[in-house]
Amino acid sequence: MNTRSSPTLDRPLDRRGFLGLAIGATALAASSGTVQAAPLKTAAKIVIIGAGAGGTALANRLVTRLDGAQITLIDPRQEHLYQPGLTLVAAGLKPAGYVTSKTTDWLPKGVTLIAQKAVAIDPVAKTVSTESGDTLGYDFLVVAPGLVLDHDAIEGFSLDMVGENGIGALYAGPQYASATWKAASKFIEEGGHGVFTRPGTEMKCAGAPLKHTFLIDDRLRRAGSRDKAEITYAAHDGALFGVPIVSEKVRMLFGDRTIAPVYNHVLKSIDPGSKRATFTTPEGTDEIDYDYLHVIPPQRAPEVIRQSGLSWADKWTDQGWVECDMATLQHLRYPDIWALGDVAGVPKGKTAASVKWQVPVIEDQILSAIAGTEPTETYNGYTSCPMITKIGRAMLVEFDYNNNLTPSFPGIIPPLEELWISWLMKEVALKATYNAMLRGKA
Amino acid sequence: MKDMTFQTLLAVFEEIFGRGLFWTMVIAAVLVTVGYVYVLIRDRSVSWHKFLWAQLSMPLGAIAAVWFVMAMTHSALSDIGGAIDVIVLLGVAAMGAVGMAILVYTVQSLIKKPQSDPAS
Repeated sequence: MNTRSSPTLDRPLDRRGFLGLAIGATALAASSGTVQAAPLKTAAKIVIIGAGAGGTALANRLVTRLDGAQITLIDPRQEHLYQPGLTLVAAGLKPAGYVTSKTTDWLPKGVTLIAQKAVAIDPVAKTVSTESGDTLGYDFLVVAPGLVLDHDAIEGFSLDMVGENGIGALYAGPQYASATWKAASKFIEEGGHGVFTRPGTEMKCAGAPLKHTFLIDDRLRRAGSRDKAEITYAAHDGALFGVPIVSEKVRMLFGDRTIAPVYNHVLKSIDPGSKRATFTTPEGTDEIDYDYLHVIPPQRAPEVIRQSGLSWADKWTDQGWVECDMATLQHLRYPDIWALGDVAGVPKGKTAASVKWQVPVIEDQILSAIAGTEPTETYNGYTSCPMITKIGRAMLVEFDYNNNLTPSFPGIIPPLEELWISWLMKEVALKATYNAMLRGKA
Repeated sequence: MKDMTFQTLLAVFEEIFGRGLFWTMVIAAVLVTVGYVYVLIRDRSVSWHKFLWAQLSMPLGAIAAVWFVMAMTHSALSDIGGAIDVIVLLGVAAMGAVGMAILVYTVQSLIKKPQSDPAS
């Protein structure tokens, strides 16, 4: 059969025609999305303290939902940190640059960034003052400044020690996470006693100290030097993780990996000369000699929050987290203020995953307040922790305020199983999802 | 995951491979697919001779895809920990196999005109 007998059919199907069809189909697929309601007209002045994960994501969402609002972010930090990546940097899996970008890269058009520190909040007069002495009035205020790592609280420790003499501190930032890997590498090469700590306060991602322990254990095994090393994990209370069922699973994994836990040990001081760490325990103090020590300091709300009378008076008094409703994140005494992210005084939720769930709640609260309607969204304490247990495997642990596991993929990705797919989510999918969240798209 | 949109998926893949490599691969995949459909319609029939070679190349494509994904994600076959991991791995292998088959078929068809193919 002559396949070339039909010129009228052949002509539209040449190479160029096909390319056009393919590009058209791709464009159609890319443009299909959800239909958003028309923006709400308002002249409201909205101030967001903090342009980190929470502040940025909220600003991006408010900009598309409101028409005419004056949205101002206050944050002196030039650098945006993708903090979930710090554990990967500290295990030599990613370079320090993996976690950094510019704050301004993520901010939408139509918002104002004041690159200064907020130094005072007057919740009665409804004003925020910056370090240069400027004062801004607000109709709605969202406090999302993150938290402060109190390194000075560890006697004998200072950040310039990180990377030398077996001291690591991955929370302190990308360069310190990188230096942590330098110190850990020496431990991996030479062996000895590795001591991994966590603070006695509330903290960002309580899974990170465990991940660092698991990753260094795996690195030792891969280097063939695990038998030269001893690993101790110092828990601040009687459990390895706040969610009992996860804590038990970690206890079993520690048994399997020969990682020895000690309980009720809070790092008090270090003597870098003699490589000795002193812990506060219920009985007094305990001294442990180390060759590698991972320090995570106590964590507190920034000074501006604590000085402005926004903190709980009867809870976390040494830490100063914002007094707010667990479900709505609205301040309990000042209804025009919401707490977002690390600074919120709620029992769980100092992770980027929590921020992702909190942002739509505060967005709904502010929109409802402007429109005079009842808000409907609530936050149930959702937190997610892709708990790395070795390079190549993780457990996708998700839970809520009630310590219930809340798996996103029940029956498909079991939360307490060490899986490759959960590792893929942490190593490759998480940053992309995080970036989409920053842009207000996830 | 709260919302998994098409944009999120694109962002995820850009993150996995890097923006440049990902879009290069997308363009390559689109070109090969367009070429494949083009030769199918141009020839108005499937050449079973070429298809045999395409099929023989499938295991190679499967292995290459698995190796590529493992290398890009700091993983090894020993990390496979459960049923879902096996499914994902098989999915990767299947995509590699099909991709390679289409590539081999298209390249053969573009090089050799149907008239010179005795099996068609």
